[in-house]
Amino acid sequence: MFWLSVRRIIRSGLNNFSRNTFVSFSSIMVVTITLSVIAGLIFLQAILQSSLNEIKSKVDVSIYFIPTAQEESILSLKSSIEQLPEVATVEYIDAEKALSDFREKHKDDYLTLQALDELDENPLGAYLNIKAKEASQYESIARFLEGSSPVIQDAASIIEKINYNQNKIVIDKLISIIDSANTLGFLVTLIFVIISIIITFNTIRLNIYMAREEIGVMRLVGAGAHIVRGPFMVEGALYGLIATGATTLIFLPITYWLGNKMTAFFGMNLFDYYIANFFQIFLIVLASGVILGSISSFLAVRKYLNK
Amino acid sequence: MIYFNKVSKYYNDSYPALAGVDFVVSPGEFVTIVGHSGAGKSTLIKMILADEKPSEGSVFFESLDIGRLRGRDLINLRRRIGTVFQDFRLLPNKTAYENIAFAMEAAGKTDEEIESDVPHVLDLVDLGHKIFSFPHEMSGGERQRLAIARAIINQPEMIIADEPTGNLDPINTYEVVQILKKINDLGTTVILTTHNKGVVDSIGKRVITMEKGKIVRDDKAGSYVL
Repeated sequence: MFWLSVRRIIRSGLNNFSRNTFVSFSSIMVVTITLSVIAGLIFLQAILQSSLNEIKSKVDVSIYFIPTAQEESILSLKSSIEQLPEVATVEYIDAEKALSDFREKHKDDYLTLQALDELDENPLGAYLNIKAKEASQYESIARFLEGSSPVIQDAASIIEKINYNQNKIVIDKLISIIDSANTLGFLVTLIFVIISIIITFNTIRLNIYMAREEIGVMRLVGAGAHIVRGPFMVEGALYGLIATGATTLIFLPITYWLGNKMTAFFGMNLFDYYIANFFQIFLIVLASGVILGSISSFLAVRKYLNK
Repeated sequence: MIYFNKVSKYYNDSYPALAGVDFVVSPGEFVTIVGHSGAGKSTLIKMILADEKPSEGSVFFESLDIGRLRGRDLINLRRRIGTVFQDFRLLPNKTAYENIAFAMEAAGKTDEEIESDVPHVLDLVDLGHKIFSFPHEMSGGERQRLAIARAIINQPEMIIADEPTGNLDPINTYEVVQILKKINDLGTTVILTTHNKGVVDSIGKRVITMEKGKIVRDDKAGSYVL
């Protein structure tokens, strides 16, 4: 009996959907707009995340060593720093590499290169580049490097300088930007999603308002709540299903165009991101659409069921 | 079968829609309720269908106090009563077949029962040729016959017809009244409200006359007297 009832509800929902073409079309349009907002927010978050990662990757703490420092001492210090839980990577750049990097960086600065050539020895020392897992962890790494732990005490004689203090203002500012961007992004997402849900809910509520007499007739012939409500929920889910197809299709040419034109600006190719994450994005949009459509119908019908 | 026990109904502060109404309808009876607009006929019908609750008194369907029914009990009551209205109250997006099938589905009938009974009842009300028509493709008389077919499909114990001929021409009115009489002859209780003197006189059965929310006449084999 349960499956018979489910089959009848689905058939009735499909019939209502196909016979109310205008209402179905307009509802699908509204749900498509809502799902486009949700999909747009997924892309926005991805762009934000990519930009933040880009900025984060540019921040590091460097330990410069005097030119006469022994490589073993530096590598020993490197392995000690790598033990710290906050540290993501520690890169060792030896004196020769430091020099060639310097030459590459100043390849158009003839005077500097000429001055460098005048010297008999490599004036640059080796250095360690430390990247933290989170931007907020640079301070505690710096505290460790400036502290009195035995490892640092041993290495104190070969350390020329630690550049954390020069970078501190930039790092602090970056931490605050990242925090603000995350909070703002979350709030904007929340507001847009709420507005979209309200618009969709009201559209579906209007459709069901138009069918309120029909609901009254169904109740009058002795139909139980699930028989009345079920087909409307099926219709709502169908709006979500078709709107999901429309939304995912619409975003193909949009992201393709943005991928071609705006990759440098966004710091990522949106089309590649879309294709790589298509299945996850499709599932999120589908679940949002179907749940939004069916739950809106469920709530809207409830008002007329008790009459 | 139906028992109104000192039933009154008040809407806001105006005069009562029903004022101390007392009457009994026995099984198998054909009762016609007449009265001017605002006399209380529709309020009385709504109370039998649990669409309205009495402000005072009680309405019983056999031993069930209708005003106290909730949920599943209310659904079961409505399945025992077939309804026909002046405005047909058909499901506009369903064909004639589907309108009747819906009432059977609501009553938990199987697909086999639906497939065998629906064409049969449509033939009974002379709508066999309109089986796949939507209500908007049918005339007023055809729609009302469809509403009657839907009302009787689950073999209810009672049919309530609230001004069923109000929107019909004389020929369709005659046909509808004949169908209701036939249903009553087969043992189903019928409660009919109407303004139409011709209809009341042609039935020749019990007539309850209402005025300002009260029963002013109750004649065993009455005619339209106002």
